[in-house]
Amino acid sequence: MDKSPILTVVQPAAVDRLRAGPQGKRPRPAISGRNVMLYGALGLAALYYLLPLYVMVVTSLKGMPEIRLGNIFSPPMEITFEPWVKAWAEACTGLNCDGLSRGFWNSVKIMVPSVILSIAIASVNGYALANWRFKGADLFFTILIVGAFIPYQVMIYPLVIVLRELGIYGTLSGLILVHSIFGMPILTLLFRNYFVSLPEELFKAARIDGAGFWQIYFRIMLPMSLPIFVVAMILQVTGIWNDFLFGVVFTRPENYPMTVQLNNIVNSVQGVKEYNVNMAATLLSGAVPLIVYFVSGRLFVRGIAAGAVKG
Amino acid sequence: MTVFSTKPPGTSPSAVTSSTARPKTRARRPNRLFRNLSAKIASIPMVLTAVVIFLGGTVWTVVYSFTNSKLLPRLTFVGFDQYERLWATPRWLVSIQNLATYGILSLIFSLVIGFLLAALMDQKIRFEDTFRTIFLYPFALSFIVTGLVWQWILNPEFGVQSVVRSLGWTSFTFDPLYNEDIVIYGILIAALWQGTGLVMCLMLAGLRGIDEDIWKAARVDGIPMWRTYLFIIIPMMRPVFVTTLVIIASGIVRIYDLVVAQTSGGPGIASDVPAKYVYDYMFFAQNLGQGFAASTMMLLAVAIVIVPWAYLEFGGRKRG
Repeated sequence: MDKSPILTVVQPAAVDRLRAGPQGKRPRPAISGRNVMLYGALGLAALYYLLPLYVMVVTSLKGMPEIRLGNIFSPPMEITFEPWVKAWAEACTGLNCDGLSRGFWNSVKIMVPSVILSIAIASVNGYALANWRFKGADLFFTILIVGAFIPYQVMIYPLVIVLRELGIYGTLSGLILVHSIFGMPILTLLFRNYFVSLPEELFKAARIDGAGFWQIYFRIMLPMSLPIFVVAMILQVTGIWNDFLFGVVFTRPENYPMTVQLNNIVNSVQGVKEYNVNMAATLLSGAVPLIVYFVSGRLFVRGIAAGAVKG
Repeated sequence: MTVFSTKPPGTSPSAVTSSTARPKTRARRPNRLFRNLSAKIASIPMVLTAVVIFLGGTVWTVVYSFTNSKLLPRLTFVGFDQYERLWATPRWLVSIQNLATYGILSLIFSLVIGFLLAALMDQKIRFEDTFRTIFLYPFALSFIVTGLVWQWILNPEFGVQSVVRSLGWTSFTFDPLYNEDIVIYGILIAALWQGTGLVMCLMLAGLRGIDEDIWKAARVDGIPMWRTYLFIIIPMMRPVFVTTLVIIASGIVRIYDLVVAQTSGGPGIASDVPAKYVYDYMFFAQNLGQGFAASTMMLLAVAIVIVPWAYLEFGGRKRG
């Protein structure tokens, strides 16, 4: 209350308040029983969630002799990066021994076009549904949303047939198409809800000025909806990168994405199990979504919340 | 918006379909089919996906589940034979049992843990963002990564079991991944680690949506905090709980990657799940009919969850 001299001049009422003694809630002590319980519980939970990441990092930095002797929670005595090199460049899947790098580049080749294609399709769909509703549009949209709940197992075989007919079964482009199809429900919903929330007057004004479907999309809607595009991108990058089922069903071994290759490396029955290499490989596969997650922060939360709560 | 009530001649009446204002004088009505033509063309991918893949694919699978397709799909109908065989297969029964155990426990634990964490996070704590980041990061990881990490942690030779034994408790046994009876709990631990962060986030959003005055009123009335949560806040969060439930439930039926990575369905067939059964029969056993029948059962399981929810949520109102 160092400003009280000024207050005495300006506001006599404030003086009365000051004379009446301290007011309001008593400040909580920093260490109270409640806080110890609260932060204790949160800390314990945080420990449980962090433990696997810690174990992964620690194991991947140890040599095999140390792993056989010590326990998995102890920090490495001698830090070695050899497991990482081996996981990236030498680990074997079947006959190929060029490590996870092959899967990584496959995943990149799958992810980039899939993300672009699925977002392009879904944003236009969402825009059409929000602003250009035609008869029957809502029916198709409902089918799409209900379809999001159908187990993939029900639809994969018909999709295999469709892709075979198109002549792209087993290729990267086939998988890209599959990702675009199954990303459509959630992304369309996301974009539709966003475009609906934009003021309608904007759209009307553009119509009066004579802009058409694509003109309004590219010159008004697109520049206004960058945040939602970022959210959609986060959603798709992590989703497609982490996919396993579609990768294993719709591609041939030379095109396997990283997750499939990782599983094949770690769960292969031949040879001696090299746990440190396995954990390095696991970390490498998890690196991309983890980086996306840590960089995007709140947007990631917003993405899953938007996708989940409104679904 | 009086400015827009008089339409300039340039805009055709049909163009502004989304607006409620309809012009009173309608000159020449353009062909219905070509109205909104660009929008219709732009929606072709969505329409194709919805009709051909989602609707058509589902119907196709259901229809072919009544045939005796083996290596290739054939239209020789055999009635309910595939289903009878399915329910007589021990492996399918094991996978259904696993799904039930895993599903019920995962629902209960995700909701309880998720809600407790959210309630703790809602106490105006410091470092909220840090805690949120920690609880949610596993959700960014794939089930494959999750499965492999927990396979390593639960490894009886090197993992938790050996660590506890080296501390002196030599008879300690905790080897869920190598014990047929408890293998599904090993998978549950990993799944909870991966998914509870999401539930926490959804619950926290729900808690934040509750009016501060409710809390004040409860305090004035002297209701203890746990009772406020149990009898006031949770009933108020019913919609959040329902959506979370639907999200968790539809994820449960799909569980596949996690099992493949963590146990490959083993030991033996002890941790098999329906999704894995379907995949194996379709792409390895070359018994398509069985795969279709099993996947139709999965569809039925989802429908049992989704239909009542959709009815409750959207049944009363016309639009969803």
